[in-house]
Amino acid sequence: MDMNQYLEIFIEESKEHLENMNQSLLELENNHSDISLVHEIFRIAHTLKGMSATMGFNKVANLTHEMENVLQLLRSNEIELSEKIVDVLFECLDTLEGYINQIANSGEEGELDSDYLVKKLNQILQGEPESENNSKEEVSSTNESNSNDIHIEVEEFSKNVALKAAAEGFNCYKMQIDLNPNCMLKAARAFIIFNTLEKDCEILKSNPPVEDIEDEKFDTDFELIIISKVDGETIRKRIMNISEVENVLIEEIDVNELNIQAKDIETVEEERTVDTKNKEKDEKKSNKSKKPKLGKTVRVDIDRLDNLMNLVSELIITRSRLEEMDDSGRKHDINEAVEYLGRITTSLHDAVMKVRMVPIERVFNRFPRMVRDLSKELGKEISLVMLGEETEVDRTVIDEIGDPLIHLIRNSIDHGIEDPETRKKHGKPEIGTVKLIAYPDGNSVVIEVEDDGQGINIEKVKAKAIQNGLITEEQAENIDEKEAVNLLFKSGFSTADKISDISGRGVGLDVVKTKIEALGGIVEVKTSKSGSTFTIRLPLTLAIIQALLVNVGMEKYAIPLNSIKEIVTIDAKSIRKIQEQEVVLYRNTTLPILRMNKILQVDSDACDEEDLIVVVVKKGDKTAGFVVDNLIGQQEIVIKSLGKYLLGIKAIAGATILGNGQVALIVDINSLF
Amino acid sequence: MAEKITTTDNQYVLFKLDNEYYGIDILHVETIEKVMDITRVPHAPYYVEGVINLRGEVVPVINLRKRFDLPQVELNDESRIIIISIEEIVVGLLVDASSEVLQFDTETIDDVPNFSDRLKNDYVKGIGKDNERIIILLDLKKVLGNTDTNEEL
Repeated sequence: MDMNQYLEIFIEESKEHLENMNQSLLELENNHSDISLVHEIFRIAHTLKGMSATMGFNKVANLTHEMENVLQLLRSNEIELSEKIVDVLFECLDTLEGYINQIANSGEEGELDSDYLVKKLNQILQGEPESENNSKEEVSSTNESNSNDIHIEVEEFSKNVALKAAAEGFNCYKMQIDLNPNCMLKAARAFIIFNTLEKDCEILKSNPPVEDIEDEKFDTDFELIIISKVDGETIRKRIMNISEVENVLIEEIDVNELNIQAKDIETVEEERTVDTKNKEKDEKKSNKSKKPKLGKTVRVDIDRLDNLMNLVSELIITRSRLEEMDDSGRKHDINEAVEYLGRITTSLHDAVMKVRMVPIERVFNRFPRMVRDLSKELGKEISLVMLGEETEVDRTVIDEIGDPLIHLIRNSIDHGIEDPETRKKHGKPEIGTVKLIAYPDGNSVVIEVEDDGQGINIEKVKAKAIQNGLITEEQAENIDEKEAVNLLFKSGFSTADKISDISGRGVGLDVVKTKIEALGGIVEVKTSKSGSTFTIRLPLTLAIIQALLVNVGMEKYAIPLNSIKEIVTIDAKSIRKIQEQEVVLYRNTTLPILRMNKILQVDSDACDEEDLIVVVVKKGDKTAGFVVDNLIGQQEIVIKSLGKYLLGIKAIAGATILGNGQVALIVDINSLF
Repeated sequence: MAEKITTTDNQYVLFKLDNEYYGIDILHVETIEKVMDITRVPHAPYYVEGVINLRGEVVPVINLRKRFDLPQVELNDESRIIIISIEEIVVGLLVDASSEVLQFDTETIDDVPNFSDRLKNDYVKGIGKDNERIIILLDLKKVLGNTDTNEEL
């Protein structure tokens, strides 16, 4: 069967499961006694095992199976949860993630090795590493002798109950019940049998499973493992008394033997199937050379899709309405229809946006793990507080925001938060806190990374900036705190020296800034002795923006509204030339004047006019005035890329399609400063 | 040739440029469009005519005459934009005229001789023959590729 069609769903779901597993593991680490978390992790591992085995991803299936074994022991309190086990489970999680990512990229699991993890898991299972070899041998021998007469597998869970039961004087039986082939209501009959048994026995396991028996998914016989104080013959007679029961076989099982057998049979059988499956897969592999490549998917709330659907149908209705209007159509009707059309498109836009919205949780979820690892690595105790995970952001933003946030959080933990002793000395709680806060603010999303560390040492930053030749000593004396902090974002800052030498935070902050600005957002820093806050402000969506359409020469260009400060008219005579740069004194500051027609290589005679229309734009603290020929107006525009071929064209951020089908280019203001 | 026509092997879309016939592999051709409104893109390579709105997608258009350093002519009713797609890059090629699709047997395609100076050999994958006609089969990757050596701004 061709599984490729299910691959996307598989990957999407696996990722979701792994995310949940990650969370549960993190919680488990802090709360070793919470058995429900073990159950949860077990459930996830089990689901993953099933899913991946179906898809033929045996490495995943194998590893999850081994995890299950260990989790099972935890679940039944047979082994104590230790730091080491959690670490191994985390390692397993990482490896599983590796597999899934590999599958997403290439459609195959890749070469990632998990054997050592399996070994580690087995060591946990067996308590001691050296017993490994012995048990392996035992496995093969017991398997051969027992696989024939024991049809029914005993899970660890039942086994433990059986063990306990045996200790309390219960007997454990294996029984096979044959129903009369003419039996009409097999399920009902089985139900009666179960009921009868349950009076003084406990059914540990049935083959086929109880659910299948209830659904009548069995032939005429089924097998059970039960424990009871009553002796086998009595039970047999009791069951035989039920009508339509043809035969009952019952035999006692030695519980202690069961212990070994059950576990080993399971693993060996698994190994066997895995082997054959691997072979099959190898064969298949040689046949299909084409690797599927996967697109990105978004899971969408069905209500949102319905809404979208409704709007589109309304759109179609309106179109018919417009089509039916003949030339005699009154202007009033047309106006009405157009107005209606306008309303629908606005709602449609809204609806489409919502479909693309994803809770920022998706990004946030990976941080608890990162913080855990980092705090272990650095020997600092950190508590991560996350707020507003439900804040929704456009899919495109989600994809891009992860790396900058990782940088910032790393920075906070690495440089911001002091080691426990220093913290104690300063009267701070030993455990440092990093807060990750997200909230919507109008048309943008704000994400804050806040820590209660030592803040940024301005003097050290200055010293380093001088050392790196970013500023002169003279400049250093004159700049204020804010400017000094902004030095951190300078590209030369981080690369020049070793990260560890000063507390100055500068590890790739220039990268963070570049990235955020590329997304149309801004980063700000606030810092004090009691901690710093990095604030990222991002537009809700990257696909649709408000823009000002202007004429430059005969051409139309769009300037993103979020970078526009104001629009003014300036007398051409007031422009002065300083070192080849035109400037004008505007509100007591010098405003550099840039001629749009020169930047965009357009013929235009706007320069000769007396009153110049100037669009004042800002980038951070800097402002500049751009001379345009004419203003057309404000419009919501859909950003389209210029395509791979014209990647990175100077001064142009993209294109948009105007109402008349014409393409207008979007000016990249950020690149012009 | 007749029995092989159902496959797309060696089928080429032909177009005319300054009295020469050129062919591009049909597998890379998406559509052929009449010339529409082209928006100039500043700072783009000189041979990029601009971008068009191809049913909602913004697609760059290369003026092949400029690309091959041929004399410029006015656009007319015959002019076409051939939309090609190669390695995730979608680009339009502005040509003088385009009409037919031809199939060449592999053995009838000749290697590139040392060609006229006007057209750099780089762009040419081979020479196809159709009776008396000579058809220059283009290597699209090279046509799109980096042109630092050829830049004449």
